[in-house]
Amino acid sequence: MAEFPVHEYDVLVVGAGGAGLRAAIEASAAGCKTAVITKSLLGKAHTVMAEGGMAAAMGNVDDRDNWRVHFADTMRGAQYLNNCRMAELHAKEAPARVHELEAWGAIFDRTKDGRILQRNFGGHRYPRLAHVGDRTGLEMIRTLQDHAIHQGIDVYAEHTVLTLLMDGNRCTGAFAYDRERGRFKVLSAKAVVLATGGVGRAFKVTSNSWEYTADGQALAYKAGAALLDMEFVQFHPTGMVWPPSVKGILVTEGVRGEGGVLRNKDGKRFMFEDIPENYRSSTADNEEEGWRYTQGDKSARRPPELLTRDHVARCINREVKAGRGSPHGGVFLDIAWIKEKLPNSVEHIKKKLPSMYHQFKQLADLDITKEPMEVGPTTHYFMGGIQVDGDTQMSSVAGLFAAGECAAGLHGANRLGGNSLSDLLVFGKRAGEYAAKFAKENGTGRLDKSQVDEAAKAALAPFERGAAGENPFAVQSELQDAMQGLVGIVRVESEMQQAIEKIHALRVRAAKAGITGNIEYNTGWHTALDLDNMLSISEMIAMAAIERKESRGGHFRDDYPEKSAEWGKYNLRIKRGADGRPQLERVPVVPLTEEMKQVIEENK
Amino acid sequence: MADQATFRIWRGDNGGGKFVDYTTEITSGMVVLDAVHSIQHQQANDIAVRWNCKAGKCGSCSAEINGKPKLMCMTRLNTLDLTQPVTVEPMKTFPHVKDLVTDVSWNYRVKMKIPKFQPRKPDAADGSWRVQQSDVDRPQEFRKCIECFLCQDVCHVLRDHDLHDEFIGPRFLIYTAQLEMNPIDSGDRRKALKEDLGIGYCNITKCCTKVCPEEIKITDNAIIPLKERVVDVFFDPIARIFGAGK
Repeated sequence: MAEFPVHEYDVLVVGAGGAGLRAAIEASAAGCKTAVITKSLLGKAHTVMAEGGMAAAMGNVDDRDNWRVHFADTMRGAQYLNNCRMAELHAKEAPARVHELEAWGAIFDRTKDGRILQRNFGGHRYPRLAHVGDRTGLEMIRTLQDHAIHQGIDVYAEHTVLTLLMDGNRCTGAFAYDRERGRFKVLSAKAVVLATGGVGRAFKVTSNSWEYTADGQALAYKAGAALLDMEFVQFHPTGMVWPPSVKGILVTEGVRGEGGVLRNKDGKRFMFEDIPENYRSSTADNEEEGWRYTQGDKSARRPPELLTRDHVARCINREVKAGRGSPHGGVFLDIAWIKEKLPNSVEHIKKKLPSMYHQFKQLADLDITKEPMEVGPTTHYFMGGIQVDGDTQMSSVAGLFAAGECAAGLHGANRLGGNSLSDLLVFGKRAGEYAAKFAKENGTGRLDKSQVDEAAKAALAPFERGAAGENPFAVQSELQDAMQGLVGIVRVESEMQQAIEKIHALRVRAAKAGITGNIEYNTGWHTALDLDNMLSISEMIAMAAIERKESRGGHFRDDYPEKSAEWGKYNLRIKRGADGRPQLERVPVVPLTEEMKQVIEENK
Repeated sequence: MADQATFRIWRGDNGGGKFVDYTTEITSGMVVLDAVHSIQHQQANDIAVRWNCKAGKCGSCSAEINGKPKLMCMTRLNTLDLTQPVTVEPMKTFPHVKDLVTDVSWNYRVKMKIPKFQPRKPDAADGSWRVQQSDVDRPQEFRKCIECFLCQDVCHVLRDHDLHDEFIGPRFLIYTAQLEMNPIDSGDRRKALKEDLGIGYCNITKCCTKVCPEEIKITDNAIIPLKERVVDVFFDPIARIFGAGK
């Protein structure tokens, strides 16, 4: 390793979104020498795009809210397939994490009595999302970033991890390259926290940035860690559909929280026609009641537009397939209609949804205060990921922790909007805290030079193949088509088998990817190196989706359209087998305690 | 709109470079970043370009398009004259790295010079504060900043006079302004603004305001009020007459 510089840390955090920054702050505050490595510049991670808010049962707007209701809402949304311990910790600790952000400089929107304002969101019984207009993610990442820079944390901006370094079954650091200059670095650490986000770039239509290439999940898998719930992909119901170049860009659920309604081409509010049994008692059965709910009437029930994301996305899909969609293959999302109710609706919409106003005005020449938007489902979030201990966030590999979207557990079969930002904070903090504890209790692990040499050699191979090799962007694009078309919002076994065959063929081509130009800031090279992670994890998504022969949450099977009580008992876990191939197994869902059962019962 | 357009993109690294013309197909609704991506995917895999969100929220894809500082992801092709090649260049105020990528690390170092947020004592037993919306509207405007650094790029104090060591630039003046105007903050950065952060260099030409993709009124709402606060402390004429100036 003489040829590569070695940097030593107690805790290394991979990823600088909400979870990564919160973990780094915690580890550093515990006295650990801490570094954060990020593929982008600091403050640009995907968290910045989160819009609606962070769920925390503070009860500022409706004092009937408390952790018990939030816990029950999360469990119901997850279709009881999530880790109930994580749901409990999340519901209990989220309010403190929000207050902490304010103490670090965040400026949330306010209630009339000066407290943090909370808004309605799908699947949450009471107004629960602390927010700043529709740019809550920006507020959160900037607050964490600005707090972190004064903590003495080393930041490796525009660096990508190639492999985790292992000492037996213990993670002892990471081997990375600097995207700008192409130089390799060894980052030795007593504990490593993965906070790398999701897998959205494996799909054609996605709200996710280029960074979402399954890095953390694939790094952990290769290091021997177990992955869980890989079949559960969230398709957000409302992405932009027109013009083509912006297809997939998110339209916040906040639009519906503020009174926006979904209509088909006949002007019908189709969501009223399909309300799932377990939400019937808490959903409005007429338009007037739905409107009153969005305006804070505590006696009203929520409009069906605010049902869970999996359900709304499927209803939109159904309308489009039945020929009742909008001109560009979506449905209409109308917030402009509130002018019938509010005299100052134009100003109100601009104040509550400024970046939506801006986004449609600039990218689609459409004024959302005057006309309805066209929206359709977009790949948004991965409920599955690295299996972790609910309290400590440690994976099945010693010294390797995971938090945020790359970890599994909190969201089960479907995530509620707003539970992601709070997830990042609650479990980012926990991962940082327990990684620091692990680092203090364990010495520096052994670094194995052969692991580094092997990874460096593999990383440079695309240059040797040069222009004669495969175009890495073409391989990525074909993977996106396959996942979108064959493992998307409605799934059948035969199509998913085709996807797996296609992925195998693409793996062969990815191994022949060739690069021209030099090693400095070479985006073709960066993409070539991302392919392996994306292909590995895409295959596991398809494998798990074939195995789960039922429909639940984000996983909808046309050949098994019903929910099965039997399947409700299991999560699917994937580990690397002795032959190097992914091995699938069923594991029992974490059982509820008696108290939890009671909490769920009292909130039915 | 034509079916094809030509983009004249700066290629090279900090040792030098040149414009290279690429012609690519264009479709309805496309933005400049789409065109750069399609060229990258089909003709020049190694073009260096930063981007993340493609929705004007992350501030990564700043460049100079036909000489004007803009976000590539928010610049629609139908706003440009496509009968001529569209020039796309990196920001000029920062050291060049490669193609459209510049070294913006100076900005991150500058932020660390600014005295950090210091909360006053909480108003409630649970550690929270009571603050009216009308009191946070202004600092919230400044917190919309996506750190694209286009305002830094266009600021002549930095771009033409290269006073990077003495002047923090408009981005960090609004950053300081949101700290100063946050009703929960108890810090006082007026002395720092005058002595370390160089607020006096700004002669309010408002170039920064014109290029801000978030439409923040940088000069009117942040810099001028900050200048007034500094003047109040350090240039009080009555105090000067009576020899009590600080």
